[in-house]
Amino acid sequence: MTIEILMPALSPTMEEGTLAKWVVKEGDSVSSGDVIAEIETDKATMEFEAADEGTIGKILIEEGAEGVKVNTPIAILLEEGEDASAADAAPAAAPEEKAEPQEDASSEIEHEKAPAAAKPAADTPAPTPDVPEGTSFKSQTVREALRDAMAEEMRRSENVFLMGEEVAEYQGAYKISQGLLDEFGAKRVIDTPITEHGFTGLAVGAAFGGLNPIVEFMTFNFAMQAIDQIINSAAKTLYMSGGQMGCPIVFRGPNGAAARVGAQHSQDYAAWYSSIPGLKVVQPYSAADAKGLLKTAIRDPNPVIFLENEILYGKTFDVPEIDDFTIPFGKAKIWREGTDVTIVSWGIGMTYALEAADALTEMDISAEVIDLRTLRPIDYATVINSVKKTNRCVTVEEGFPVASMSNHLAAHIMAEAFDYLDAPVLSCTGKDVPMPYAANLEKHALTTTQEVIDAVRAVTYK
Amino acid sequence: MATRKAAAKRPNASREELLAYYRDMLLIRRFEEKAGQLYGMGLIGGFCHLYIGQEAVVVGLEAAAKEGDSRVTSYRDHGHMLACGMDPKGVMAELTGREGGYSRGKGGSMHMFSEEKKFYGGHGIVAAQVPIGAGLAFANKYKGEDTVSFAYFGDGAANQGQVYETYNMAALWDLPVIFVIENNQYAMGTSVQRSTHSPSYWERGAAFGIEGREVDGMDVLAVKEAGETAVAHCRAGKGPYILEVKTYRYRGHSMSDPAKYRTREEVQKMREERDPIEGIKAMLLTGNHASEDELKDVDKEIKAIINESAKFAQESPEPALEELWSDIYADELPQEAAV
Repeated sequence: MTIEILMPALSPTMEEGTLAKWVVKEGDSVSSGDVIAEIETDKATMEFEAADEGTIGKILIEEGAEGVKVNTPIAILLEEGEDASAADAAPAAAPEEKAEPQEDASSEIEHEKAPAAAKPAADTPAPTPDVPEGTSFKSQTVREALRDAMAEEMRRSENVFLMGEEVAEYQGAYKISQGLLDEFGAKRVIDTPITEHGFTGLAVGAAFGGLNPIVEFMTFNFAMQAIDQIINSAAKTLYMSGGQMGCPIVFRGPNGAAARVGAQHSQDYAAWYSSIPGLKVVQPYSAADAKGLLKTAIRDPNPVIFLENEILYGKTFDVPEIDDFTIPFGKAKIWREGTDVTIVSWGIGMTYALEAADALTEMDISAEVIDLRTLRPIDYATVINSVKKTNRCVTVEEGFPVASMSNHLAAHIMAEAFDYLDAPVLSCTGKDVPMPYAANLEKHALTTTQEVIDAVRAVTYK
Repeated sequence: MATRKAAAKRPNASREELLAYYRDMLLIRRFEEKAGQLYGMGLIGGFCHLYIGQEAVVVGLEAAAKEGDSRVTSYRDHGHMLACGMDPKGVMAELTGREGGYSRGKGGSMHMFSEEKKFYGGHGIVAAQVPIGAGLAFANKYKGEDTVSFAYFGDGAANQGQVYETYNMAALWDLPVIFVIENNQYAMGTSVQRSTHSPSYWERGAAFGIEGREVDGMDVLAVKEAGETAVAHCRAGKGPYILEVKTYRYRGHSMSDPAKYRTREEVQKMREERDPIEGIKAMLLTGNHASEDELKDVDKEIKAIINESAKFAQESPEPALEELWSDIYADELPQEAAV
């Protein structure tokens, strides 16, 4: 009985990878633990070891192949006594559909509703002009955009430095800081011990002392260990000092749920930080916004919380090719215009919002989709103007429902546009439960595209 | 008074230096007494932690500092501000919550700052100032400046985890920071003996390879000398240094502290036998460095400064209501963000 060696998932969010190199060739015998190939993920190149004993009967995927989906058979292993003919008899590489990522919310719609518009909404070009007409764009991941933003700002000012766990020699736990150590050296790209409370306070002191630190949290879940320094020291000192002593600092890193990492690594802190006067809070969705807003954050004279998302790191968007591209805080982006309902979201919530808007088009419901981009300050005017036009609003986020940003937005819309509303503002949020591990439970613990569709249908009475 | 220990040793300070220490310590003592009085009159609110008894610590260490060095401390901060040259009027007016205060009335006793004097607070969260002090040293080193940072904290803060996180980084990166543990023997109402099994706090630095020593904090000359050792160590690029300064606070933890955790006799004994101001006064007199009359002139000068600061603190108006909404951000931000 031959054994199929499958393309491995080498990180919680890996969906595909490059088979960089075969270390073995057909006919080689291997034992469990032998390195057989090098696999390049979006984060790193990793050695892939054999799990079983046997002889490499057939290599199915040649080295150098890019975009190999997780779980695709990449080689056939012959067990003792088998010969190469057994490998030939083995089934060819499975169709790529097999590797459809489970966390992809679009798969859910396909099962339940099967909307015709399957085109990923993320590729839709931006209608709101952040850039002059005629600007050329390049395709870039959120990960690359964040790296470029930091590199550009570090070139611009000697006082900008990056500090955090594994940001330097390891090139970033999620490879956001890839290449920065090489360019800027160990003085400005600093690996810290695992000591969030300590290095956060130290960075705040460095900001008081005239520097512009970028603090990377491996995840914002770990920043809870440091939250006293963020709130009590960074956010409040300007006020407590009567305007004398500011704290120009950026706290950034992945926030919210990734995939299958359980309750302690999956919380969205947008509402926590957004409730603090003295902080600015950014939660970008696209790569262009990640770049333009991070550059603005690094130049901002205040403490800025920059909430990224691990699932979005590998997503590709068009990024304008402009020298020194920045986006001001407090300016929402209208991703698509519509007339029947306003969907307000930000960060990864935009994935559901845009997918739902596509599906709703098929139902003759025209949704206007607004990406807030920054949560403090909030561009209330864009939201209110839209609601006055559509008379209905649905908010979408992955955070917990109680005391959420959605609650805040609903209250504000009620106060400012009550007479324009034809239905209550509905919120699609993460569920009021700690994040479960099981794949099926996790999917339901977050909000879903279907919930957004259902909410829109409820407020439009369709 | 001539029998005090301090009088018997270390004559190697000039008359001018001794007089300056006497004056600076007396300024803090009289300031704090006045603050206590104003608190009793309802002019100062909230928490107010007095520094009486600990004056030799900051005066001795400021004598070892130079222009450009930075300092940061806890909520028991009035002495540190006066010792680094901040204006008593601005400090007192902050205590009364007035416009003329260092934070224009928005910080209070625990939250004052001076960019000019490189005084970075005044922190209300026990031990939060320790990594901040190391961060100031980090900035000094990053910018290539030959300056050091003094991070003051108490024996209570010395048991907080972030202190050890900071020790680790400061040693790892050779940061020019002096960790000054002001051991006044009580963390609020809990004595050192009741807080830790290893009461020699400075020795904990050994676990991180940080040099340090203990010093008599009731003797300003001893503190100054230890401070010079520490500063020289840091300026030579040898990394951080720990000074555990054994001191004593005469008053309660804050104004509302009935101090049931120690005996009146214990306090009285410290005041009579170890008082830092009486110590230096005796040294000045027995060494014929100054006459009783000269010291009385200093007392008078200090009294005038304090009365002037108290007057200013009461006459300065309360902050304008617009102050409620200013200084939240260093740039303009639409205030509807506060809705």
